[in-house]
Amino acid sequence: MKLYEIVNSLSLEVKTPSLDLNKEVTGGYVSDLLSDVIGNSKKGNVWITLQTHQNIIAVATLRDMSGIILVNGRNPDVDTLLKAAEQGIPLMVSSLPAFELVGRLYSLGIRCQ
Amino acid sequence: MPVEFRADLHIQTCLSPCADLLMTPLRIVEKAASLGLNMIAVCDHNSMENAEVTRKLAREKGINAVPGIEITSSEEAHIIGLFRGIDQALKMQGVVYENLQPGENDENAFGMQVIVNEHEEVLGFNKRLLIGSTNLSVNQIINIIHSFEGIAIAAHIDREGFGIIGHLGFIPSGLKLDTLEISSNVSMEEARERFKEYSHIPWIRSSDAHKLDDIGKVSTGLFMEHATFDELALTLKKAGERKIIV
Repeated sequence: MKLYEIVNSLSLEVKTPSLDLNKEVTGGYVSDLLSDVIGNSKKGNVWITLQTHQNIIAVATLRDMSGIILVNGRNPDVDTLLKAAEQGIPLMVSSLPAFELVGRLYSLGIRCQ
Repeated sequence: MPVEFRADLHIQTCLSPCADLLMTPLRIVEKAASLGLNMIAVCDHNSMENAEVTRKLAREKGINAVPGIEITSSEEAHIIGLFRGIDQALKMQGVVYENLQPGENDENAFGMQVIVNEHEEVLGFNKRLLIGSTNLSVNQIINIIHSFEGIAIAAHIDREGFGIIGHLGFIPSGLKLDTLEISSNVSMEEARERFKEYSHIPWIRSSDAHKLDDIGKVSTGLFMEHATFDELALTLKKAGERKIIV
């Protein structure tokens, strides 16, 4: 599934309008511990988190993830937005809590893989 | 009779992947001297490999640069250990390295981890994943810091990301923290309101500077006899007439 399809289906707010959303999403990973994401996420995964610190962009870059979705309507820090644009990591926001959002992603066919 | 010393006890050098490359020990010390700081502490992420050179350069300017490490706990809270000398800090670094998440730093993702000498010449690059976490809990880290006679500080408790309250929900009672650090992100007025339940633990303010202009942005006034580590430890215990002004 492409990232833009997820954005449209779940009405996500895109925080990085300059970035291409025509990216393949291979699966999903949800965690708020950055070390866990470094260790266990997979290339092409979309990452669901409530962390807004700029280090999330570095971690997503390292793991070559397809994008990050912040939950609960959280606003990314300014530095995080700048890094996201710089490193080419699409950053989206959902007003839903993580449980609901992950449930909907699962319904769309996204798996932890 | 205690007199006031100005201290900024949380500064990153170019060894920290997230810090500006201009954060060389030489420039940090020059900046600290220009601001009239008497004490600084170099606290890189999970490493102290630029601490000794900073200490040497600082001494020439009459500044005490205390060796420190900002350690990432298994819960991803940042705990700073400050040490009396390089030997104790090296021991702490040894424990941190043994327990650090495996992996190599990716300079593109996280930034360079530069070890430099007093002339700003590059001696090498630290290859470890310094941005990663250790598998040591907050409790374990504090106990290990104390076993090397260090001072244990909960870094930037007002910050959600990497602050102890953001990651553990609250500061567990019984945790033997020597002091809590308030960052420049909040006013002291706001901090006093938000953290009033922790007023029994001494507070300091430090810049957590990642670039030169941020050094001394906030600092702590320490009323003590000398600008030494032992005096700092006594001041945090409010021994005698010593006191802390934040």
